[in-house]
Amino acid sequence: MERRTIFAGWVLPVLLVAPQLLLTVFFFLWPAGRAMWTSLERQDAFGIRTEFVGLDNFADLFADPLYLDSAVRTVGFCAAVAVLAMGTALLLAVFADRDIRGRAIYRTLLIWPYAIAPAIAAVLWVLLLHPQIGLVAHGLKAIGILWDYKLNDAQAMTVVILASAWKQVSYNFIFFLAGLQSIPKAVIEAARMDGARGWRRFRTITLPLLAPTMFFLIVVNIVYAAFDTFATIQALTQGGPGKATETLMLKVYRDGLINLDLGSSSAQSVVLMLGIVVLTALQFRFIGRRNAE
Amino acid sequence: MATLELQDLRKSFGTTPVLHGIDLALRDGEMLVIVGASGCGKSTLLRLVAGLEVPTSGRIVLDGQDVARRDPAERDIAMVFQNYALYPHMSVFDNMAYGLKIRGLSKDDIKARVQEAADMLGLGPLLDRKPRQLSGGQRQRVAMGRAIVRHPKLFLFDEPLSNLDAKLRVTMRAEIKRLQRRMGVTSLYVTHDQVEAMTLGDRLLVLHQGVAVQLATPMEVFERPANTYVAGFIGAPAMNLLPGTLSHAGSAVTLGNGMLVPFADGKRDGADGRQLTIGIRPEHIRLDHTGVPMQIDLVEPLGSETVLIGRLPDGELLSVKVPGRGPATDQVMIGFDAAALHVFDAATGLRLG
Amino acid sequence: MNGRVDWVAHGVLCCGVLLFVLPLWLLLAGATQDAGAISRGELSLLPDLRNLGVFWSVLNDRAPGGAPVWHMLLVSAAMALAIAGGKIIISLLSAYAVTFFRFPFRMLCFWTIFITLMLPVEVRIVPTYAVMADFGLINSFTGLAMPLIASATATLLFRQVFVAVPDELVEAARMDGAGPLRFLRDILLPVSAANMAALFVIVFVYGWNQYLWPLLVATDPSLDTIVIGIVKMIGQDSVTDWNRVMATAVLALLPPVAVVLLMQRWFVKGLTEGEK
Repeated sequence: MERRTIFAGWVLPVLLVAPQLLLTVFFFLWPAGRAMWTSLERQDAFGIRTEFVGLDNFADLFADPLYLDSAVRTVGFCAAVAVLAMGTALLLAVFADRDIRGRAIYRTLLIWPYAIAPAIAAVLWVLLLHPQIGLVAHGLKAIGILWDYKLNDAQAMTVVILASAWKQVSYNFIFFLAGLQSIPKAVIEAARMDGARGWRRFRTITLPLLAPTMFFLIVVNIVYAAFDTFATIQALTQGGPGKATETLMLKVYRDGLINLDLGSSSAQSVVLMLGIVVLTALQFRFIGRRNAE
Repeated sequence: MATLELQDLRKSFGTTPVLHGIDLALRDGEMLVIVGASGCGKSTLLRLVAGLEVPTSGRIVLDGQDVARRDPAERDIAMVFQNYALYPHMSVFDNMAYGLKIRGLSKDDIKARVQEAADMLGLGPLLDRKPRQLSGGQRQRVAMGRAIVRHPKLFLFDEPLSNLDAKLRVTMRAEIKRLQRRMGVTSLYVTHDQVEAMTLGDRLLVLHQGVAVQLATPMEVFERPANTYVAGFIGAPAMNLLPGTLSHAGSAVTLGNGMLVPFADGKRDGADGRQLTIGIRPEHIRLDHTGVPMQIDLVEPLGSETVLIGRLPDGELLSVKVPGRGPATDQVMIGFDAAALHVFDAATGLRLG
Repeated sequence: MNGRVDWVAHGVLCCGVLLFVLPLWLLLAGATQDAGAISRGELSLLPDLRNLGVFWSVLNDRAPGGAPVWHMLLVSAAMALAIAGGKIIISLLSAYAVTFFRFPFRMLCFWTIFITLMLPVEVRIVPTYAVMADFGLINSFTGLAMPLIASATATLLFRQVFVAVPDELVEAARMDGAGPLRFLRDILLPVSAANMAALFVIVFVYGWNQYLWPLLVATDPSLDTIVIGIVKMIGQDSVTDWNRVMATAVLALLPPVAVVLLMQRWFVKGLTEGEK
């Protein structure tokens, strides 16, 4: 944690740390503080008068069925994306970790999608699933499924989940592969000597040793699904049809920057911040416990 | 070349004292080895001299000037580190030249000095290599070279051989001694290895729990250890330490098993019955059919000699070194060489006479 | 291992690869085809090699009222480079300060930086927008890049690298007479070059792929990034030139993918080491 050897003096380090500190204060702490403050205020319809209303915005928020719907939807969306993205990645990582020919090529071909922007992922999925031009959409129509994700709620949700999960697979793959490679060979060999094979060895030895990676990725994937998929959803469905794919993130954006309801939007921001604080705290607690072991 | 004097040097980390007032004077060109078990404060002492730590109090006088508060860069001291600490991204040449560049030497001077050191250490063909392309022994040489090119007032060695295998360690030990003699640079050498300490040092400083227990030549430390700690620390297998009491008006000792050994070098002070600790090295115990019986638990053949580990009738553990093969029996009769007896006070552990 | 070909592994991995390569292939193939055919749903898997010129000609395309594609690519590149460069420099310096020095409020500084982990731009869009408006940074390149430069991840990554630098190496440099800045330049920077390369990839991709922030802070079409531009293009009700949209998407993908592929070795190592 701490170094033994350090340099003397305090002027230089203060100068060195200053740029980052200034940016942090101006673009992180100040806005965050402002969000907290605004969440306790309410503006009149013309944006002229502002009054302090305490926790009213929060009370309204949690009494609003639209908000609660959106919250439930977000949780379901996050879970689906995380499970799908991590499951696929783990499967691929397990096989890419095997001693097979051409595994370097496989790895490269599975790593490059890390570079795809969430918005571009949406474009790719439009090509597959667009009611008029999409290849997969045509296939579905051919077997008699009426496909138009721009009109059908469930189909819309499926599309955003698929596109969002798809984009995250290679990130998870990189970490799972690194996690698998960091498992000491001797442990696996010991398990083989004990007679554990195949699925059993994977479930009783590999998976528990992969738990730290797994936990880290769960948190990352939830944060990703909750926030970074904004672009994917915005590009695919804009939250529609109706509000079928409107996650909390889209709602903050719409309420704050389109409908200009600052009080409510700030309250929503604060709720999201609390969510991240909880997730981060969980993660660090877990890592802390792991390091203590 | 220089003299070094430490005056009442103390160091605490927080409230934990690590060095309790060290006084020490190095003569010009002397190689002094600081030896002790891990945690005795020997590395801290070295780092204080290097300037990597600031002493809590006391003076470090290098060539007549107190440098205790100076930055390492201003002390003109070079150091060889335990893990070599070579700059991984620099070639061997650049590793050695770096300190000279910072000191603003001309390119030609740097080249000449590095070349000279490389010749001395046989590093000539390796000057363009990166540290990761070198073997452990070669890295060790580069670390030495980096110190040599500086032509410093003082060399510091921080357990420089502890990462080498046993055979290389012996070779490098000889080489360090040869180089230090040849260059005549005053040196402080820290180690936990008593063989290194005995073979390298002009003098030894035995450090125990932050206190300088004994400062003397290696043979003096071996022959007249200042207390029971030094007695047990220097020499392998370790000296036997047995409880006993003063008897016959201070002219002999009675051991636990009733065995009486007269002192060969005169009386000790104190009343009869004073509690003593008697030290006798395993090689100074001989097989003697008139002596006391020892039950043998373990035989360790070393080739040219054999170590017997066993018990005296009163249960005291004892090790005995005998030449050649050991006896085939599981009991032997032994006797002590009275002239080789070390006598310590049982309470303080200090040497008596 | 035992000489047999592991068909299961090859099968699974090929499926995985196809999952990612196929959409990309569609994009490439579609770009070279006739717009009318695509609209009728007759997208072919075979590219029409006579139309490779589309990638060149599309550079002058623009969404209605938008900037041309080449301009959006430039804005994206400038933004990604500014964020990557800026972030590497300021996090390197701050990590150096908190790791190698003791100064008043050091831990406060560290925690202040650390806390930004919990404040991604998404959860504070509205107030950050308001702050930017106060500074007059809306619709400026500075406003686009600067707020994304500060973040805890890069600082934590460098800190981790720096903490792992052996004490002896620092001490050797001090014995050689190197001061703090000299040590930073001569020893620390070269030693952590690989980590900087990894961080560059991560941050470049992050910067290039930004969507929400540019959408908010730069409404002026001359500041549109390529990602914004693409979404604008497909967001129209009646897209006709699908092949040109696809060609633009290929151009938008190319730079970050190239960076990841070229620097794959450092990138994977840096990413997985940094997050632990």
